[in-house]
Amino acid sequence: MNSSRFSNGVMGVLAWIVALLIFFPILWLLLTAFKSEQEAFTVVPSFFFSPTLESFKTALAQGSGYWHYAWNSVLTAVASTVIGLALAVPAAYAMAFYPNKRTDFLLVWMVSTKFIPAVGVLIPIYLVYSAVGLLDNALGLTLLFTAMNLPIIVWMVYSYFRDIPKDIVEAADIDGASIMQTLFKVVLPLALPGLASTGLLALILAWNESFWSITMTDHDAATLAVYIASFKSAEGLYWAKMSAASVLAIAPIIVLGWFTQRQMVRGLTFGAVK
Amino acid sequence: MKAISRTAPSAEATGARSFARTTRLLMAPAVIFLLIWMLVPLAMTIYYSFQQYNLLMPMYNGFAGLNNFAILLGDATFWKSLANTLIIVAASLVITVCLGLALALLFNRTFVGRGVARTLAVAPFFVMPVVTGLIWKNMLFHPVFGLFAWLARQLGLEPVDWLAHYPMLSVIIMITWEWTPFALLVLLTGLQSLPEDQIEAAKLDGASAWQEFQHIVIPHLGQVLYVVVMLESIFFLTSFAEIYTTTGGGPGTATTNLPYYIFQTVFQQNDIGIASAAAIGAVILANIFAIMLIRFIAGNLNAGAAR
Repeated sequence: MNSSRFSNGVMGVLAWIVALLIFFPILWLLLTAFKSEQEAFTVVPSFFFSPTLESFKTALAQGSGYWHYAWNSVLTAVASTVIGLALAVPAAYAMAFYPNKRTDFLLVWMVSTKFIPAVGVLIPIYLVYSAVGLLDNALGLTLLFTAMNLPIIVWMVYSYFRDIPKDIVEAADIDGASIMQTLFKVVLPLALPGLASTGLLALILAWNESFWSITMTDHDAATLAVYIASFKSAEGLYWAKMSAASVLAIAPIIVLGWFTQRQMVRGLTFGAVK
Repeated sequence: MKAISRTAPSAEATGARSFARTTRLLMAPAVIFLLIWMLVPLAMTIYYSFQQYNLLMPMYNGFAGLNNFAILLGDATFWKSLANTLIIVAASLVITVCLGLALALLFNRTFVGRGVARTLAVAPFFVMPVVTGLIWKNMLFHPVFGLFAWLARQLGLEPVDWLAHYPMLSVIIMITWEWTPFALLVLLTGLQSLPEDQIEAAKLDGASAWQEFQHIVIPHLGQVLYVVVMLESIFFLTSFAEIYTTTGGGPGTATTNLPYYIFQTVFQQNDIGIASAAAIGAVILANIFAIMLIRFIAGNLNAGAAR
């Protein structure tokens, strides 16, 4: 008993050490964000310093462009999630409650499009976008995020719909409700929590996306990912500012992520792990 | 219960036809959207891969047969990028899965503040890859101002210029930092669905911790491990942001992987034909893993339906 309590204690301490080590780079980023530029860029790192909001002020200042990129991130993430849900809900509803012999195939086919690497479709999309004026365009980027997330959204909404007892839907059908009435009056209210966490997952994935934003946008529709990537060659000069901008970009997502860990697993593994 | 309801209700055949039409209409938007955004471009990539097509030299454009593929196969950089891609996938897989499993077992125990510790440990997965690249490049790997250089000096060692001298290792470290939390998260979820009574029974039978791990935990986690390996492989094959923000594929071609090679061929050499041929290679590579994974998901789907 005593020895097992001891080993439990050791394991607990070990787990905490590992957790802190893994988290450390984020903590270091956070600390750097509260330093002055001089303190951020020193040969001997300053662990103790008087925190300042200076870098956040410069990062958010007029002319830094931060709000422009943040707005694009919010716009593309929210719009792609809304469009994704609008496309996915009817499809998932039909597949979950009115399946036919092709349903399984269609669902698996939709999921499988998630595994086409982005570089496999990059070139035609880039050429078509530049031909029709969707390059560096918020709508163009939004639709790409939608396509990227749609398989996951369809899958998750489908799995949440499947959790709804079929009797309820059948009862509504027998009562003479049309398919659409059943969807809006019966199914959607019941699946609302599931839809919310699906939306949250799609938001996180779109917000963190960088391949499409880097290749398809330059300034007008550029997101925070593109803005932060532009610091890649800023040798030393702007570390504190870069850290502040990064903290602002990742903090909301880390917080949301902590609340959606389970949904994340469910969605990204396509239900193989719940 | 669900198995019954999933077979078409033949007794209600009256409304069946209009039902079928409505459900087709409901599914059409999502299906058409994915066709336009994923399958049409994929077909176009295949078409381009057989074309001589350089944006800077439009006068030479035309059918190229297998020429692009021949050029690709003769290009040392392509082979290097293929090798780099596989090294990144293999190394990151081994490390993230082993570490993830060890951490999942560790975090599956009860200890003070477990929730908080677990939350800290999974946080890197939610950091956007661009930020990951910059944190590591500037604040940790930097040969003069990085924390690792300072640590080395404290220990009386010569600071290492990580990205210049160990570029591949550096990229793998960054990817591992981001994805070990994912493996941990998924495997921990898997562990928590392990039936308590099985472990109790094994303990009563006098099984050692190792036997318990070997005969109960691993078989139970088998499926979960399979999914983690497949998913991570597909994601690692397409690693981009970490390389783009740190090494830029270098030094030389030391960390140029397939996505980065394609990116450079399109945006620096403007060679659509050759980039498309390389993209087909990337799709084939991803498919090797995707087919196995999709088969698994489809199997799971039917198992779920029969439940």
